[in-house]
Amino acid sequence: MNDQPFRLDTAAAPGRIDRGHAMRFVFNGRGHEGLAGDTLASALIANGVHLVGRSFKYHRPRGILTSGPEEPNALVQLRAGERSEPNVRATQAELFDGLIARSQNCWPSVGFDLGAVNELASRILPAGFYYKTFMWPPSAWMFYERLIRRAAGLGRAPDDPDPDIYDKRYAHCDVLVVGAGPAGLAAALAAGRSGARVILCDEQAEMGGQLLGQRAVIADRPALDWVKAALTELAALPEVTLLPRTTCFGYYDHNALALVERVADHLAKPAAHQPRQRLWRVRAARVVLATGAIERPLVFRDNDRPGIMLAGAAATYVTRYAAAPGRRVAVFTNNDSAYRAALALFDAGVGVAAVIDLRPEPGPLAGEIRARGIELLTGHGIVATHGARRIAAIEVMQLDESGGRAIGPVRSIACDALAMSGGWNPTVHLFSQARGRLRYDAAQGVFLPDRCDQALANAGACNGAWSLGDCLAEGFAAGATAASAAGYATAAPSAPAVPPESRAPLRVLWVVPSDRPIGEGGKHFVDFQNDVTAADLGLAAREGYRSVEHLKRYTTTGMGTDQGKLSNVNALGILSEALAAEPSTIGTTTFRPPYTPISYGALAGRDVGALADPVRTTAMHTWHAEAGAAFEDVGQWKRPWYYPKLGESMHDAVNREVKAARTCIGILDASTLGKIDIRGPDAAEFLNRIYTNAWSKLEVGRSRYGFMCKDDGMVFDDGVTTRLAADHFHMTTTTGGAARVLAWLEEWSQTEWPELRVYMSSVTEQWAVAAICGPHARDLLAELATDIDLDPKTFPFMAVREGRVAGVPARIFRISFTGEISYEINVPRRWGLALWRALMQAGADKGVTPYGTEAMHVLRAEKGFVIVGQETDGTVTPIDLGMAGMVSKTKDFIGKRSLARGDSMRPDRKQLVGLLTDDPRIVLPEGGQIVAELKPEPPMAMIGHVTSSYHSPNLGRSIALALIKGGRDRMGQALHVPLADRTIRVKVVEPRFFDPEGKRQNG
Amino acid sequence: MVDAPTPTSPLAGQTHLPRANGPVGVTIAERVFAGMLVLRGNAIDPAFIAAAHGALGFDLPLIANTATSAGSNGALWLGPDEWLVVTAPDDAMARAVGLKVALVGLHAAVTDIGDSRTIIRLSGPKARDVLAKGCPLDLHPRTFGPGRAAQSLIARAGVIIHQLDDIPSYDIYILASFAAYLWNWLTDAGLEYGIVPGAKL
Repeated sequence: MNDQPFRLDTAAAPGRIDRGHAMRFVFNGRGHEGLAGDTLASALIANGVHLVGRSFKYHRPRGILTSGPEEPNALVQLRAGERSEPNVRATQAELFDGLIARSQNCWPSVGFDLGAVNELASRILPAGFYYKTFMWPPSAWMFYERLIRRAAGLGRAPDDPDPDIYDKRYAHCDVLVVGAGPAGLAAALAAGRSGARVILCDEQAEMGGQLLGQRAVIADRPALDWVKAALTELAALPEVTLLPRTTCFGYYDHNALALVERVADHLAKPAAHQPRQRLWRVRAARVVLATGAIERPLVFRDNDRPGIMLAGAAATYVTRYAAAPGRRVAVFTNNDSAYRAALALFDAGVGVAAVIDLRPEPGPLAGEIRARGIELLTGHGIVATHGARRIAAIEVMQLDESGGRAIGPVRSIACDALAMSGGWNPTVHLFSQARGRLRYDAAQGVFLPDRCDQALANAGACNGAWSLGDCLAEGFAAGATAASAAGYATAAPSAPAVPPESRAPLRVLWVVPSDRPIGEGGKHFVDFQNDVTAADLGLAAREGYRSVEHLKRYTTTGMGTDQGKLSNVNALGILSEALAAEPSTIGTTTFRPPYTPISYGALAGRDVGALADPVRTTAMHTWHAEAGAAFEDVGQWKRPWYYPKLGESMHDAVNREVKAARTCIGILDASTLGKIDIRGPDAAEFLNRIYTNAWSKLEVGRSRYGFMCKDDGMVFDDGVTTRLAADHFHMTTTTGGAARVLAWLEEWSQTEWPELRVYMSSVTEQWAVAAICGPHARDLLAELATDIDLDPKTFPFMAVREGRVAGVPARIFRISFTGEISYEINVPRRWGLALWRALMQAGADKGVTPYGTEAMHVLRAEKGFVIVGQETDGTVTPIDLGMAGMVSKTKDFIGKRSLARGDSMRPDRKQLVGLLTDDPRIVLPEGGQIVAELKPEPPMAMIGHVTSSYHSPNLGRSIALALIKGGRDRMGQALHVPLADRTIRVKVVEPRFFDPEGKRQNG
Repeated sequence: MVDAPTPTSPLAGQTHLPRANGPVGVTIAERVFAGMLVLRGNAIDPAFIAAAHGALGFDLPLIANTATSAGSNGALWLGPDEWLVVTAPDDAMARAVGLKVALVGLHAAVTDIGDSRTIIRLSGPKARDVLAKGCPLDLHPRTFGPGRAAQSLIARAGVIIHQLDDIPSYDIYILASFAAYLWNWLTDAGLEYGIVPGAKL
């Protein structure tokens, strides 16, 4: 048994490990062997490895302190390479064959640690040392921070992408039970038997909670027999879901809870298609919290040496994992539970050096301790510990009656491990996250759940029920009550018999005294992960820190990945003593999710890579892709940006496309434009109220351009709307505005004008749209449109016709965003690709040129057509855009009153103008600030900014649009655009550069 | 000369699936070119209900988030004054005309949106589990069974989910531009359960 020298034999400790299934693993570069059923921590203990890390600040050697999620020391970087994960608690990492782990907080090794020099310098690292030391100069913090973070060494994120799948799912249930210890199992049984939908989750691989690490008896049989029967029954209930390896880490409003299931974390690598972890988002009608309790360390001098662990953990390692924490274990306690741990150790063949009890009177199990020949020292405390990399001896002294002073002779006791217990803190994290209030129980020295407005109940140790019988009874009752409240009436089953437990009260001593004052000759650790000592807390109190929240941040108590699971109550007790106040008046710090660290992968789920966000594509997308288009993201849409030919730059391609649209034929996929079908006898009146211009007199078959404003009078969207029948309109919106415009229309229809008989439906995706434009556009359409008369006299600009194009049914709008002869051909989406192909085929010999959004922008800018969201920013009125003619003076519309405000009519409002640079080759940067009075350096009065700016191939020069204060009165003025490296002189012109009379589109 | 046009469904060609391991838990298929009409009208006007029944041959569902059907036709409740009428592929035009004629004189609206959306049919014992990965609704048989329909989200896409039977099978209505995203999302989510292409619909 050289390989696992501290593994107990089957006769002494059967354990819940599979002795026939050995597993190899590597820790800090050294090979070891463990067993199936081990955690990394239990396997290390079986191998006699206690030194697992170095502390955060002083780099003191640290050992495995716990057997659960509260572990502050044994944090490892688990696995290597792309699957590597930091901050894994060795106490929760299930062993698998080939596991590789490294201590994460030590350099270059746990045995030889360079950072330990901090220990020698600890006098200059007191509480709040970050604040005191690195405050000056402020600019240097970035530099300090880098060094601090490197020294802290809190794990490394892997460099390569995570290869695994992370899953998410929603779940709903009548009763969610958190924790599968005795209380949780009982609650799940009571609720499950009623037929209610029950989810039972537990963070461990095996359900049973503390019973797994104890030698309890239920109904005259080993408690684990009862656990097994309960799980068998639960598994057979069709509406019960058992989720082992699942941590409930967040409790939110309205009984929304978040769970993370570690589906394959216990495997070297997930199976094909198997998620590594799964995030459960649960909505529960009722919640039963059976989260148990976490043992509290005792705060005494040098209480952090490897080999010192919690007594419950020591018992668990022996009973559950058959791993002995040492050959000769001392036990130090202020309560009865450590007596049971001592008995468990002894009965498994582990030597017990002594039981040291802070209480003057021994607990009820004293007889059993003494019967085994174990020395019991009551009214004593440990005043010092010895041992470099592992505890080797303790020094014990008697305490005076008050417990404030150590008296009498010092006695040294040799040991190679120390099991300590300062009592148990109910695990109230989730209860507190649910906004539950806590109350302080001075007799027990614990915070207990008080009341909570969410539909939850607490059962078992988390509720202060310490005996097994009470846990079972509370669990059954809570489960039955929860199921009944959720509509599944049921009575609580009677709890099985358990042997009675008598117990004596614990003795609360927040700091165990020694022969030296606190802070001298050793350290009394409170927060092991953050290296906060009792002396630090006392210092903070003397410096005036009264609020526990301030104390936490100043001293960093409870700020590590363990979030103070071990330290918070001790810190609070010490603070309350320093301030001579009751802990109840000081309260606790805020408990926040997550209960234990959660991987980003679990939070992201499958919203990564190609599924990170929907990619919306049009009916013609495959053609664009095959044509080699470069795509632009417009919201979630992929729109062709430009279509580069071989060897063309973007500039070349855009110039070619822009020229073709004005000299020949351009074709644009305009499918993404928002479209809304508006019907009803009051549709025209509805539009009158929505748009700034008038709609009543629009003839059937004709189109009109309109602005809509928000109630503040600012432009909200624009587009062309067409009257298809007296009571039927086809509205178009901007691509990005489609959804919000429909919501806007519905809001006004439903909440303000219910008397108007009008219905709206989105038809954005019903129609695929190919917009063709240019002097030869009509020729191209003529070849395909067999039954529509295209004569401009009968089918003029701003009109609509229905018919067939290329053999498919179509609606053709003669509307234009380029200022050319233009037809926007709408066909049902299924025909979009066919239409596009037909147009490209028929136009091949006519020079038809597909153009993208960039050319579209240039073409419209040449015409001075605005884009909502580019020329407007929510502070621009239609009048500011020079569109006063489109704002009705007679009828009412949304925003009208706001447009009459003095501020809306100020002459110096920013108004839309054109800008021409003195040097026609210079293209202004969009967003460039404009000044009238140039100064040698800022500040200068900025009177506006460039909104759009392009090279115009049709004009052979640059053009720009801008919003400038009082811009329309500045026509012909010279202004300046100062940039970082130069200043560009510009002239203010009308915002129409090409075909200013607008003749071409009518052709 | 221009080629004879052929229609393209939003998921045309989108049938590739990675090989599933283990038993088949769920199938996925596109229900191509179903007719879809948005019908708007006043549900508490008996004349409207009667006219709609006359034109459709079956009742409009009046209970929120339910569906009615008759053969390959059916209607989904979308709102107090809004339904989605679903028809066989070539039937939409006739249904639309029939409804418009029947509803003359009433304030009602019929809008063809058959090209706006497509339908993804998800079927199999694990279909509910696949949906649970992206849809926040409670789809448990106690709360959502055959004949139920609801508007919700699957991942980041807005959908209408209609449960057809106890297998369970669902018709998922999805905007055409989101269809490829949703298809890829569902097939990815279904890999764990063994997902394969379903029968052509």
